[in-house]
Amino acid sequence: MKKTLLVTLQALLLAGIANTTFAADKLVFGIALEPYPPFSFKSGKGEWSGFEPEMITAVCARMQADCTLNEMSWDGLIPALKSQQVDVVLNSLSITPERQQVIDFTQPYFFTRALWIGDRGLELDPTPDGLKGKIIGVQGSTTHAAFVKKYYGASSVRYYNDQDDILADLRSGRIDIMLADQLVVEPLLDNPDNSMLASKGVAPMDPLFGDGVGAGVRKGNDALRERLNVALKSLRDDGSYEKIRQRYFKTDISAL
Amino acid sequence: MDFHWLSNFYSELVKGAGLTLQLLLISGFFGFVMAVGVALGRLSKNRFLAEGLRFYTSVLRGTPLLVQIYVLYYGVGSVFATFPLIRGSLFWPYLREGFWYVAFALTLSVSAYVGEVLRGGLRAVPRGELEAARAYGMRPWLVLRRVWMPRALQMLRPTLAGESVMLLKATALASTVAVTDLLGAANLVRAQTLRVYEPLLVVAVIYIILAIVIEQGFARIGKTPQRQA
Amino acid sequence: MTLSDISRLFLADGWLQALAQGMVRTLGISLGAFVLGLALGLIVAMVKLKGPRWMVVCANCYTTLYRAVPELLLILLLYYAGADLINLTLAAFGQPSVEINGFIAAIVVLGIVQGAYSGEIIRGAIESIPHGQIEAAKAYGINRGLLVRRVILPSMLPFAIAGLSNLWLVLVKESALISVVGYSELLTAGRQAAASTKHYLLFYLAVGAFYYLITLVSSSVFRQVEVRFERWMPRHA
Repeated sequence: MKKTLLVTLQALLLAGIANTTFAADKLVFGIALEPYPPFSFKSGKGEWSGFEPEMITAVCARMQADCTLNEMSWDGLIPALKSQQVDVVLNSLSITPERQQVIDFTQPYFFTRALWIGDRGLELDPTPDGLKGKIIGVQGSTTHAAFVKKYYGASSVRYYNDQDDILADLRSGRIDIMLADQLVVEPLLDNPDNSMLASKGVAPMDPLFGDGVGAGVRKGNDALRERLNVALKSLRDDGSYEKIRQRYFKTDISAL
Repeated sequence: MDFHWLSNFYSELVKGAGLTLQLLLISGFFGFVMAVGVALGRLSKNRFLAEGLRFYTSVLRGTPLLVQIYVLYYGVGSVFATFPLIRGSLFWPYLREGFWYVAFALTLSVSAYVGEVLRGGLRAVPRGELEAARAYGMRPWLVLRRVWMPRALQMLRPTLAGESVMLLKATALASTVAVTDLLGAANLVRAQTLRVYEPLLVVAVIYIILAIVIEQGFARIGKTPQRQA
Repeated sequence: MTLSDISRLFLADGWLQALAQGMVRTLGISLGAFVLGLALGLIVAMVKLKGPRWMVVCANCYTTLYRAVPELLLILLLYYAGADLINLTLAAFGQPSVEINGFIAAIVVLGIVQGAYSGEIIRGAIESIPHGQIEAAKAYGINRGLLVRRVILPSMLPFAIAGLSNLWLVLVKESALISVVGYSELLTAGRQAAASTKHYLLFYLAVGAFYYLITLVSSSVFRQVEVRFERWMPRHA
C-alpha cells in the first residue's frame, strides 16, 4: 500500500514537472498588424518579416521555447498582454514610466529618436512656437503622440491608427508635419515617391520618449523577463544581434 | 474601475461630444433636405430620374458606410497629390479635414436611407387628402408643403427618430479617419491613460444619453394625428 | 489608369484573389454571427414575452444598450472585455488562459450585437402569430418545449423573414467594422492592397463593388425565400 502510494506520488510529481516545463515552453508574442518597416511588416506571401520577427525567432531559439505570433491592432497589444492573450510584446514598445506602471520591460534591445518630417518646400520650425496653428500627424498610443500632446497645445494634432495613413496625408498635404520613429521614416525619404518630403529635425530627448525600446511582459512575470534578458544578452555577446541588425540598419542602434 | 482620469480628460470628452453633435446636425439637416429631393425624384413620372435614383439609393444602402468614407477620404484624397493647384483653392481648408469627408459621406447616406423612408411615407398618405387640396386649386408645391409632406412626416415620426439615432451611431466612424469625435476622444484617453474599459464605458453612457435625448425630442415635436372619422 | 493597368494589378499581381479571399472570410464571419444572433434573439424574444421580471429588465437593458451605442464602440469593448472575461473565468477555475481565435472572436462580437436587433424582430413576429393557433396547441396539452419547436418557430418565420433579411444585409456591412480591430476580412484586404500599390481610389471602389455584389445576390435570394414563405402566412378571413 505504502509502496504504490509512493510510486503514484513520484509519478504525479514527475508529470507535474514535465507539464510545467512543457507549458512554460509555449510562448505567445503579440505583434501589431499595422506595417512598421523595417521593424515588422508582412511580406507579399503573408509571412512576417523585419528586424523584430527575426529577433523573436532568435530569442526563442536561445530560450528553447516554442513561440507563436498573435497579430492584432497596435493599441490592443498592452491590453492583450494584461489579459493574458499574449505573453510578450517585442514590437517597438518604448520603455516609458507610464507603461512601466502597468507592465514590466526587459533590458532595452535598441534605441531610437523621433524625427520630424515635412514638406521640403515649406519652412517648418519644429518647436511649439514654430508649429503654432499647424497640423501635426502622429500615430495614436505612441510616445510621439504623448510628446506632441504635452508640448504642442497650440497646434492641431491628428491621431492616426496606421503609420502609412500619416504618410499618405502628409504627401497629399492634409497635414503639415509628422513626428515618427527616426529608424522607420528616415529610410522612406530615400524613396523617390517621397521626394517632396524632407527631415525637419530630430526631436529633443525627453522622458516621454522613454529610455530605449524593450520587450514587454506582464507585471510581476519576473521569471519570463529574466529568461528574455538572458537570451537577449547571449544574442549580443556572440554577435548574432549584430548580424540581424546589419540586415536592416546601417548604423548601430544598440545605444544612442 | 478607476475614474480618476475624468478630471484630467473631461475637456477632451466635451470637445469630442461637440464634434459628434456637429456631425449629427450638419449631416442630419442637409441629408434630410437631399432626402426630400430623392424621395420626390423616386416618385416622379420621369423614368430616367426614378431609375437613376433607385441605383443611387441601392448603392449607398448596399455598401458599408466605412467603405464609403474610405473611398472619399483616401480615394479622393490621393488625387490631391497629383493636382497641387487644389492646395491653393478655396476648398482646401475643408479638404484637409477628415470631418468634412465624414459629414459629406453621412449626408449622402442619410439622403439614401431617409429618402427611401420618405418615399414609403409619401406613398402612404391617403390620396383623398391630396385630391382635396388640388380641388381647392393649390399648386403642386403648395400641396407638397402644406399637406403631403406634413402628413407623411407625422406618420413617419417614430421611424425618423430611429433613423436619427442610427445617424448618431454612424458618426462614430469619424474616429477611423483621425477625427477626434466622442469615440476618438475615448481612444485618445485610452492611449494616454492605458486604461482599457473606463473611457469606452463612459463614452457609451454618453451615447445612450444622447440617444434618449433624441428620442424624447422626436416624441415632443409634432401634433398627434387626427383620428379617422 | 488604363484598362490594361487595372487588369494587371488585379490579375497578375494577385490582388483580385486577395480581395476574393477577403470576401469569403467576410461571408464566413457574417454567417456565423447571423446564426449566433438568431439564437440570442430567440432567447431574448422568449424572455421578453414570458420571462420572469428581472430577466425582462436584463433583456431590455441589452436591447437598449445595443441599439443606442455605436457598433464600433461595442466591437472595441467586446474585443477587450470578452478576452478578459473569458480568461478571468478560466483563471477562477484554475485553468490556463486560452488564446482566442480571431475568427471566433469576430463572430461572437458581431453576433452579440446582432442579438439585440434580431430579438426585436423575432418578438414582433411571434406576437403576430394568430393566437388561436397557440391556444389550440395548448388545448391539446402539448408541453412548452414542443409548443416552441412545432408551433411558434415555424409560424413566426414568415413574419420574421422580411426583418431578418434586412438584418443580414446590415450584418454584412457591419462586418467591415471588424477591420478596425485588425481582423482580416474584405476591407482589410482592400486596405492592404491600397496601401501597397498606392492606388487608393481603385481598390476602395473595388471593395465597395464586392460588398454591393454580396448585397445584390443576398437580396435576390431573400426575395425568392420570401415568395415561398408567403404561402405559409395565414390569410385573414
